[in-house]
Amino acid sequence: MRRAVIAFTAFLGGLVLLLSSPAWADGEALKGTLQNQGQPVNGVKISVTTQDGKPVAEVTSGADGKWQVPVPKAGEYKVTLDQKTLPSGVALKFKDKDTLTVQVYEGSQRNVLFALGAAGQQGNGPASSDSSFWNRVAQLTFEGFNLGLIIALAAMGLSLIFGTTGLTNFAHGELLTLGAMSAYFFNVVLGIQLIPATVIAVIVGGAFGYLQDRFFWGKLRQRGSSLLAMMIISIGLALFLRYLFLFLFGGESAAYTDYNAQAGIQVGPISAAPKNFIAMGIELAVLLIVGLALLKTRTGKAARAVADNPALAASSGINVDRVIRIIWTAGGAVAALAGVMLGLSQNVGYQMGFQILLLVFAGVTLGGLGTAFGALVGSIVVGLFIQLSTLVVPTELKTVGALLVLILVMLFRPQGILGRRERIG
Amino acid sequence: MHADTTTAKKEAALAVFAGLETEPGVPKPDPILVIDKVVRRFGGLTAVDVDHVEIQRGSITALIGPNGAGKTTFFNQLTGFDTADAGSWTFNGKPMNGVPAHRVARQGMVRTFQLTKALSKLTVMENMRLGAQNQRGENFFRALIPGSWRGQEDEITERAEELLERFKLAAKRDDFAGSLSGGQRKLLEMARALMVGPELVMLDEPMAGVNPALTQSLLGHVKNLREEGMTVLFVEHDMDMVRDISDWVIVMAQGAVIAEGPPDTIMSDQRVIDAYLGAHHDAPMSVEEAEEQLHEAEAELEAEIEEKA
Amino acid sequence: MDWNSIFVTTVKASIGLETVVYALAAIGLNVQFGYAGLLNFGQAAFLGVAAYGLAVTVATFQLPFWLGIVIGLAATVVLAFLLGIPTLRLRADYLAIVTIAAAEIVRLIFRAVKFKDVFGGSDGLQSFSGDFYAMNPYAPGSYGIGSITFTERTMWVLTVGWILVALSCALVYLLMKSPWGRVLKAIREDEDAVRSLGKNVFSYKMQALVLGGIIGCLGGFVFALGQASVQPDLYGTEFTFYAYTIVILGGAARVFSPVVGAAIFWVLLVFIGNTLAEAVGSGVIPSSIMTVSQAGSVRFMLVGLGLMLLLIFRPQGIFGDKREIALDAR
Repeated sequence: MRRAVIAFTAFLGGLVLLLSSPAWADGEALKGTLQNQGQPVNGVKISVTTQDGKPVAEVTSGADGKWQVPVPKAGEYKVTLDQKTLPSGVALKFKDKDTLTVQVYEGSQRNVLFALGAAGQQGNGPASSDSSFWNRVAQLTFEGFNLGLIIALAAMGLSLIFGTTGLTNFAHGELLTLGAMSAYFFNVVLGIQLIPATVIAVIVGGAFGYLQDRFFWGKLRQRGSSLLAMMIISIGLALFLRYLFLFLFGGESAAYTDYNAQAGIQVGPISAAPKNFIAMGIELAVLLIVGLALLKTRTGKAARAVADNPALAASSGINVDRVIRIIWTAGGAVAALAGVMLGLSQNVGYQMGFQILLLVFAGVTLGGLGTAFGALVGSIVVGLFIQLSTLVVPTELKTVGALLVLILVMLFRPQGILGRRERIG
Repeated sequence: MHADTTTAKKEAALAVFAGLETEPGVPKPDPILVIDKVVRRFGGLTAVDVDHVEIQRGSITALIGPNGAGKTTFFNQLTGFDTADAGSWTFNGKPMNGVPAHRVARQGMVRTFQLTKALSKLTVMENMRLGAQNQRGENFFRALIPGSWRGQEDEITERAEELLERFKLAAKRDDFAGSLSGGQRKLLEMARALMVGPELVMLDEPMAGVNPALTQSLLGHVKNLREEGMTVLFVEHDMDMVRDISDWVIVMAQGAVIAEGPPDTIMSDQRVIDAYLGAHHDAPMSVEEAEEQLHEAEAELEAEIEEKA
Repeated sequence: MDWNSIFVTTVKASIGLETVVYALAAIGLNVQFGYAGLLNFGQAAFLGVAAYGLAVTVATFQLPFWLGIVIGLAATVVLAFLLGIPTLRLRADYLAIVTIAAAEIVRLIFRAVKFKDVFGGSDGLQSFSGDFYAMNPYAPGSYGIGSITFTERTMWVLTVGWILVALSCALVYLLMKSPWGRVLKAIREDEDAVRSLGKNVFSYKMQALVLGGIIGCLGGFVFALGQASVQPDLYGTEFTFYAYTIVILGGAARVFSPVVGAAIFWVLLVFIGNTLAEAVGSGVIPSSIMTVSQAGSVRFMLVGLGLMLLLIFRPQGIFGDKREIALDAR
């Protein structure tokens, strides 16, 4: 009986944990990852004391910025970051917040967040001068483009698949995760440098896209499954893949081996790691190639024709199934690339694709469902909006703003920025 | 006796139209529907631009025109299924622009659709019952007390059974509407529209996709509507049918009404011939026209697909 | 392998708290999706605002329990209107995206540090269920048959929960037999046709959204009271997806199918989870193949797989009639 109770509570607790944090706890602990603009910060001393000041442990953050302190039992603890040990150029965003008091619950590992920023940028004074405000705008615009381009890579495929097959694919986020995880596998597990690993991941993503259409969605279309049914099937597929990734990868997020701790460089008002600039270059180049392919090549034109009107395209001699398969393949490959880029800027985790999926949807709908270039514009708007909204709202709520905009667009211009209205009857 | 009244109604309708001019927008003695300056644009394309049209009460009026003339779009404006960019129209003297579709129907102006909208996963009888107005059981709270709506439901059922009998669908009463043939669905849709108790029935291509064997019976039903005192406005392509049943014909081309007239003479009108054969058949098509044609072709394709499904 | 404990937990799961909560969520969803064809992907948010409405009123503002229930209900209705007014005129898949986005917004606001004073951040709120358990008519002790027993607290929550499930089913049954239900089913088929017959489609969709939300919100109350706490991440998107799985498993547009679906869902989930955990723990499955924590993710992989297979091979679910289900319309 006792075992039954333990099993049952473990199950419930497990469910709660599974839904709330990717960590599976073995004992109570405090942990965290120190990051400055997405870069891990190592060698920082963190000390933990009990509520009444009894020291528990002292640790330093590792090369990946991570630290962890096991605590003897549930309760309140004080966590202090030693500001003197921060590398030069990095400082706490709020100087007075070097000690945090946190509650650790039974059986759970509590994440502790210290907000870091570039030195001289911290928000310690309410009156920030004009120039620093515009610097922040520039920096956020840059970060917004960075995010927007990643969203755009994912959105292109999603939008074209929607246009050609009518499928609202809730498993598209998992294509990103797949890309990020394959790159992780080849890079971290097999030790291949990240660039060739990325190439392999993109091939894996393309192949997965091809196979999905060849053996799954294509077959369902032939059976005449309704769009609604296929949409819910895609939710099932997304759940399956997400937990498969959890099974294989575990709940913790991890970074690639290469380009991990790059020092930021300053370009005008913008400071970022070189990899960010290069990633953006690659993203832009890929988007440009995809865009040109859509505009100039036969297949691209056929793809747009099918997206516009499958019945008409078929009747004018276009092999619709072949076009759809090409779109799935290319969509899978580009999504995999987006996944790697996302993993590069915020680490690889099993939920990463799902977490960005709503933003991709926002980009796609903002641009007008089914239009490839609309998705591109919409995504960049979403990326910019998310980052720039942090000027007025707390960072943790930045997605809220983007999702609100999505709802407002639905309200006032449901056909999106570049879409058009349809006729009834 | 019955045959006499039939002729009388037809005669009465024709007598009204006898002396009328054949100019677009000609005034009628007793119009049920008066339309003024209705405009609907899709992007750069003007789908509908009707200056003035009146529909005579108690008559069967046909609305014809080449593909892409904007007939269905015009229907959509009038019945509240799409919002016009400009213009106004009155039904029985009441302004109707901006009135939502369900209120239009409640006023007595009921339409059917080009692609039949039989509710295929409801039974034929349920389809019919749905058409009845002012049902007590359609209110959330009264629905919870079956006693409050049972009596009315029985009356509705009785009326529906009479109509189904007339439309020869009584045997299909408890079948799912999805199991009916294309023609039977058209009949069901018309019968269901009658359950609303309309004054003006607007039929969008009632013959499209109907088996020729059923055409005559459908024509009979449309004529019957006039005999019962209803006004009919319908969109049709089939000129034989137009000639057979309509009292008056309105011709649309490129969104505008270009001619009106009695069915026997309208087809020899030069404007109509130009519109159908294309006065511009020597001039190259403009981009908009090409697009519109594409659009129309697509709608037809979809109609076919829908019909097969 | 301890088959006895697996058996006991599985049997308890069939009538347990999760089954009640998911059954109520699914009954509401069945009204919206099964009968009216509304793709509400934000059902979790309806449970969330109800649970938080109660918890915030009692725990944060120290107001009475019943006022908390009223505020929870009111919050649900307000959410339904906020979601419905902009989206119910739009295409079905647009509604899906908007509701899923709205549910995310609600969750993010609940867990925001900024509003920690009100909603308690990611830890949520506790200590609001005292008044509820004070009403408990069961004397302290353990109730049940053999080794299948519940504490008096669980008994009280389950009693209230199952009464709510029964009442909701009765309500849905009466409504769907009536002309009101007929209009709803017709809207699911083709709303333009219904509009052309003089019915205010928007109003009916809104009624369905509010009704489904309120039934779901009862689930939110039961969930919050049963766990004596609210946490934002319990009301995530996956909650809604599981509720959909339950509706489809039982068969959409059937009165009792969400209840049976919920019971089957949780029985399978608990049975598979515990069996795998036992098998790994006792070495039947070597840890090189699977660890205990991995066994947890296998269950949810099976949920996804099950959802796909159901829709492909038996979209009408267990009880549905293939000729009249919402799923293969269009």
